Amino acid sequence: MSATATNYYDRKGLFATLGRDGMLQIILIANTVLMLAPIIIMVFSAFKTTPEIFKSPFGIPDFAQVANFVKIWSETNFLRYLLNSFIVTGASMVLILTLGTMAAYAIGRYAFTGSNFILMFFLAGLTLPLKLAIIPLFMLMRDLSILNNQLSLIFVYTAMGLPTTIFIMTGFIRSLPNELEDAARMDGASEARIMWAIMLPLVRPAMVIAGIQNVVPIWNDFFFPLVFIQNDSLKTLPQGLTTFMGEYTTDWGVLFSGLTLSAAPIILIYIVLSKQFIAGMTSGAVK
Amino acid sequence: MPQLRMTGRGLWITALIVPPLAFVALFIVYPIISAFAYAFFDWQGLKRLDFVGLENFHTVLFVEPYRSWTLNAFKNNVIVFFALMVLQNGLGFILAYALWRELPGARFHRIAVFLPVVLSTIIVAYLFKLFYHPLFGVVNISLKSIGLGWLAQPWLGQSGTALGSIIVAQAWHMVGFPTLVFLAGMQRIPSEILDAVRMETESEWVKITKIVWPLVAPSATIVFTLLFVGAFNWFELPYIMGGLDGSPFGSTDVLGLYFYRTAFGNVSAGQQDFGLGSALAVIIFLFIAVVAGVITTRLRAREIQL
Repeated sequence: MSATATNYYDRKGLFATLGRDGMLQIILIANTVLMLAPIIIMVFSAFKTTPEIFKSPFGIPDFAQVANFVKIWSETNFLRYLLNSFIVTGASMVLILTLGTMAAYAIGRYAFTGSNFILMFFLAGLTLPLKLAIIPLFMLMRDLSILNNQLSLIFVYTAMGLPTTIFIMTGFIRSLPNELEDAARMDGASEARIMWAIMLPLVRPAMVIAGIQNVVPIWNDFFFPLVFIQNDSLKTLPQGLTTFMGEYTTDWGVLFSGLTLSAAPIILIYIVLSKQFIAGMTSGAVK
Repeated sequence: MPQLRMTGRGLWITALIVPPLAFVALFIVYPIISAFAYAFFDWQGLKRLDFVGLENFHTVLFVEPYRSWTLNAFKNNVIVFFALMVLQNGLGFILAYALWRELPGARFHRIAVFLPVVLSTIIVAYLFKLFYHPLFGVVNISLKSIGLGWLAQPWLGQSGTALGSIIVAQAWHMVGFPTLVFLAGMQRIPSEILDAVRMETESEWVKITKIVWPLVAPSATIVFTLLFVGAFNWFELPYIMGGLDGSPFGSTDVLGLYFYRTAFGNVSAGQQDFGLGSALAVIIFLFIAVVAGVITTRLRAREIQL
């Protein structure tokens, strides 16, 4: 009797596990369909004419039909916006990583009075919603005469990116061993040379994490360009998109291909580097 | 000689630390402190006039029509926060739990759930605006094709559904974030604890409520706090999908839009008022800081150290 009972419980356990896992798997599949469907519909619609989109919104298009993309290429400022986004994001990232590494290296590698206070000062910037300081920022940019100039964006993004970068990199730099550095110092290498030639190559993994955490919000930002930039030829991609969407309201084929083109760079990079993206973008929240 | 070396070192550290410090001081600390100061002055366009004390605060909180606008926007922010707690964080926890089992395809599902997170909010906003279109949007077309045509409606065009529709778009955009933060929290639960639980109980429910949920408390603290700050800073999605006035009839108006509109004016009506705008910014800022502080300390208290 006891044998049958055990058997019965085993089987029940097995079925329960299968049932539970099956349900979880169904939840995951349903969710993935929900996550991907809007993106797939967007990409498919980009290759359709407007009447085709209205008639069969879910149909598979003829991917050779690229009239919408040609229209964007030739009739709009899309390439200009894309280039501007590259310039602004690129310059901000160079500044963030350079300045962030400098501060983190000083705080993490040298013991000096006030270093804790300086770290706290930087970390205070982590939690402040800078959007709410947009009025004084606007006045500041005006006083510096860089309103309607991409420098305003680059400076704000740099300042916003520094706290997280310094937070991530200080922790990492502190964890590096001392031996290499001490040996080099014995050999008479200067502090600058030690930092550049010996320590910096070691901090690259932390730079990647800090870089990804900052590059996505900067590339996607809409709020600061909305306030700082008026000139159409200076607009970044998310901001340019609003101009463009306003111009082609009824041409849905062009609208969807504009969205597809804007989303393409980051989606492609994400697919290749998904692991680094996930680690980077959740690194502030996962410890 | 050692003295000289020390000075050299001091100079070197200063050279490293001053430029980043200057950036943060000039573009974060100074503007935030100024925002507080601006709120106590009367403004005409970009010109600062007299010191008016608490006048601006009084106006936005107690004088009509500002009072109603402030209350309406605040009420909508509260709705957004609680709706997203369920749709974004609640669903995120369930998805994390499902992913945690490492069933076949888990890697693919993990990449898929995070994909919308990397997209620009502006792209998400326009995409869903097209999807919600009353005649040609895929939402209504899908409803009609499965025989639920009576449910089809102008989602963004009526007060009853507009805010909810935008919240759904937000949840789609961001659900991957809490999912992966919770997942990381679950993956840190030591396997000995899980084995011990397996000996004690068969019930999945007991396991989730008594073991997993308390042990991912640190992830919950972070995710809840970030959602709170995000919900009360909400701007881009309602700006594109509802418009700067929170159409229709203020049903999608939130503090972020209201603040922007008050500070910089809008095309149709109203002029810019930096004084009232700054007062709003200070109120929102203090509200976020105080409540986020309370949430964090309360939630921290229930975290368990392993």
